[in-house]
Amino acid sequence: MTQLLLFNVTNGLIIGAFYVLMALGLSLILNLSNVINFAHGGFLVIGGYIAYTITPYIGFWGALLLAPLLTAIIGLVVERVLIRPLYGRDPLYSLLLTFGLAFMIEDGTRFIWGPQGKPVTIPPFLAQPLSNDLFFITGYRLFMVAVVMIAVVLLFLLLRYTRLGVRIRAGTLDLETVAALGINVQMLRSLNFAVGIFLAGLSGVLAAGQLGLEPTMGTGLLMPSFIAIIVGGIGSLPGTLAGGLLIGVASGLTAVFYPAASEAVIYVLMAVVLLLRPRGLFGEEGMMS
Amino acid sequence: MTSPTFSSKFDRRTLIKGAAALGAFQVTSPFIIQARGETPIRMGMVDPLTGVYAAPAGNEVMGAKLAVEQMNAKGGILGRQVELLVEDSANDVGTGVQKARKLIERDQVNFMIGDVNSGIAAAIAQVTAEKKILHIVSGGHTDSITGKDCKWNVFRVCNTTRMEANSVSDVLYKKYGKKWHFITPDYAFGHTLYEACTADLKKLGGTVTGNELTPLGTTDFYAYLIKARAANPDVMILLVQGSDMINCLKQVVQFGLNKQIHVAGTQQELESLAALPPEARIGVWMFEWYWKQPGVPGVDKFVADIRKVNKGNVPTARHWFGYTSAMTFALVANREKTTDAVKLAAALENFELPDDVKLQPNKVYYRKGDHQLMTSSFVGEAQSKGKDDPEDLYRVDEVIPGDKTAPAVSETGCTIQWPS
Amino acid sequence: MSSEQTRKLIALAAIWAALLFAPYWMAPLGGYTALATRVIVLGLAAMSVNFLLGFTGVLSFGHAAYFGLGAYGAGLTLKFLALSTPLALLAGMLLGGLCGAILGTLIVRRRGVYFAMVTIAFGQVFYYIAFQWSSLTGGDDGLRGFSRQPIDFGLFKLDILSNANNFYYFVLFCFALVVGAMGFILRSPFGRTMIAIRENERRSRFLGIPVERHIWIAFTLSCFFMGFAGALYALVNNFADPRGLHYSQSGDFVMMAVMGGMRSFWGPLLGAAVFVVLQDYLSSITVNWMSFVGLLFVLVVLFFPRGLLGFIQRSKA
Repeated sequence: MTQLLLFNVTNGLIIGAFYVLMALGLSLILNLSNVINFAHGGFLVIGGYIAYTITPYIGFWGALLLAPLLTAIIGLVVERVLIRPLYGRDPLYSLLLTFGLAFMIEDGTRFIWGPQGKPVTIPPFLAQPLSNDLFFITGYRLFMVAVVMIAVVLLFLLLRYTRLGVRIRAGTLDLETVAALGINVQMLRSLNFAVGIFLAGLSGVLAAGQLGLEPTMGTGLLMPSFIAIIVGGIGSLPGTLAGGLLIGVASGLTAVFYPAASEAVIYVLMAVVLLLRPRGLFGEEGMMS
Repeated sequence: MTSPTFSSKFDRRTLIKGAAALGAFQVTSPFIIQARGETPIRMGMVDPLTGVYAAPAGNEVMGAKLAVEQMNAKGGILGRQVELLVEDSANDVGTGVQKARKLIERDQVNFMIGDVNSGIAAAIAQVTAEKKILHIVSGGHTDSITGKDCKWNVFRVCNTTRMEANSVSDVLYKKYGKKWHFITPDYAFGHTLYEACTADLKKLGGTVTGNELTPLGTTDFYAYLIKARAANPDVMILLVQGSDMINCLKQVVQFGLNKQIHVAGTQQELESLAALPPEARIGVWMFEWYWKQPGVPGVDKFVADIRKVNKGNVPTARHWFGYTSAMTFALVANREKTTDAVKLAAALENFELPDDVKLQPNKVYYRKGDHQLMTSSFVGEAQSKGKDDPEDLYRVDEVIPGDKTAPAVSETGCTIQWPS
Repeated sequence: MSSEQTRKLIALAAIWAALLFAPYWMAPLGGYTALATRVIVLGLAAMSVNFLLGFTGVLSFGHAAYFGLGAYGAGLTLKFLALSTPLALLAGMLLGGLCGAILGTLIVRRRGVYFAMVTIAFGQVFYYIAFQWSSLTGGDDGLRGFSRQPIDFGLFKLDILSNANNFYYFVLFCFALVVGAMGFILRSPFGRTMIAIRENERRSRFLGIPVERHIWIAFTLSCFFMGFAGALYALVNNFADPRGLHYSQSGDFVMMAVMGGMRSFWGPLLGAAVFVVLQDYLSSITVNWMSFVGLLFVLVVLFFPRGLLGFIQRSKA
């Protein structure tokens, strides 16, 4: 039993790590710009398909770096053209717009690449388990966790030590003052959005190696990201990190006893957190409006 | 903080003009349809062209379109040209039912095909029965459609879950062993498939080491695979389909599980094998139809015809389902010289398909008692790459006739009620 | 009567005339009665969402959950309890409304983006329950095996199952009841207070208005209306399924309200009509209808945020 428990908790942490990557991007965009990006799953899919398309030319590792970058560029264009006009308006509008955008992305990817799923190969040395005992830690999943860890570390370094990062953090707390200080808020929001989309694209590349690559794969991965943010607390990136890992572990633990409920349990967790500590685990008072 | 209004040459006025034009077109178009509407025979087809089943649904439609093209070249049905009206059910029952009603009430279709999604197929069957329209379920597998919910006007081309289970059980038992562990998708199709498999297994004298029920749309199968491994079976039976199958197989191989336990299942599709990386194309399965059948009449022509419209890709079982469904209408209507649904339904009982439609070696016919097509099961093994053809991802070992795999009519729970 | 009032009366009469004669003027235009029925039911749902969104200023993006609950309530009643259409409608309405009442207590303190996210997440909880509790709800296959029953008026029976027109008028009647209730509430002091809260919440609070309680009541009422609309939808399809609870369905309702005009009472119905007809038409002529619907969302948000009725009103001013 303890072995099963250990396996599943570790498994849960691995799943959680993936949710963290998605949720962090979503959180960045939400915190600074007050935009709920329903199209985040769509950008994940775009990242996966771009990686699939460019891998034959620059290989797996090249695609890993380049595909999220290209996705981020697409994100920049989307932000500039579609989302910028909506800042300052009721959050309803950005919600609806990204919602419609998600539709367009799903249909667009189906149109360009076809509804048939695409076979994605990963480098052979990753495609095996670590050892016979630790069989559930396959090379690829370890790799995924490593990538997420590197991304998270880089993100936190970006936010803490670079000018852009400091401005983003300041803007999250008080955008008006940041603007008053003469900083180009439009540019700030664009770049922040691009960083968030980069993370979505990266998630997509990782997901493609693990799951089947098809136009509808983004929608199922979006909800857990929302829950991670709510559980961890809106406005707090460490909270999102904790939230993602927490729901992953909760999911893993449930899988031991009642596997069918392993996805539903994250909603239960969210309800519990909302009842006991409505601002989320690490959320701040007043971040609710 | 003011936000600049979006200004460009594409402004509101242009939008409104465009919308008005579109609206005018909608008003005028039905008149266009009515003008030439007196003569053609209409076939309605409802399939989920968007959503998770988009790939198989699209292929079914492609097959049906080919059939309509061919039948029109030969003079159509009773001398009238045939029109195929395709509607997207969007994998939503409400939409599917609405589209079915639209096709029947507004477009006056004579025949109906659909849906890949069994739930939608069953819901549409209620509508077609109410409206007395002949209906062939091309790709929905749930047993009740030709079982306890069978109807006089509904026929089905694809296999039932019992047929699928019966076709592989012997092979798996003899080849791999008696301890089976199941990974079952948690919906009606999965449940009936599991029951059918376990019934067979018990008859053969085997044991079930466990059953992992996975919610539809599960992306991470590790928790279930961990349990399966712990149970130490001889073979792991994957009953999941579509994206679930792809994710599960990918993860089985990444786990290295296939090196310790045999992997098999029942229904497998070329669409799924094509979406898997080569190293994950493993296992013993049954196909409902396969394109590589050397020496079987009609197959090469069909493959060539589909390749022309499918970007050079070979047809899958889904193409064949759509093709057969549409062709059936043409064949029976032309033979009986009528389009009356009740007469045609009666004529379809024990109706045998000719070589150039059945495209398989055995006798293929619609069974009288339950309206189920006695189509063969192609049992074999997946292969990562074909020797001669990159799309030959499956090695067929045995082609079992439908009436050998199907349970007796009395066991299906079907009693057909004819309208008075 | 002032010219303003006469204009409103004429508009109202025109709307009801169009609705009453729909089966007759739709057919020559390539429509069909079942389409009109669907528009009415979804329009009612959109108006229920708008009751909260347009008139209280509260963004609930998970409202389809109560719609879906209403559908299941009606379906389960017809399947297991009693073969009675009115009872099914009542059961659906109660299920949606009561769940809304309970959830409302948890979330009324939140606003804006946070509120929206929480409503989405809660909506998904119900979706999950419907999806997983397959022994009761039928899971992904949906709840089947029931159908709308003829209504017994004592003297005669109204067959609403096989007669599309009969069913349409029945639905229209139910629609009229609910819409009448909605209009009555909005015109009452309670309704005025809701609008005050929408306009300036802080000031309302300073005036001593118990804002949270009002929002909770408005939320609950809109959930009752949604539940009723959902029950009707189950009757339209003779079917209830989890997709009716999904957040994408919520998105559709909000879009109908926005497209028609959030600030107006009848706007959502117009939005529903345009949305349903457009989707029906587009999906028949192209496989890529999703792109067009998504594009519609984008265009409405960017260019027509006040919706069609808002646009018409502005051009008149």
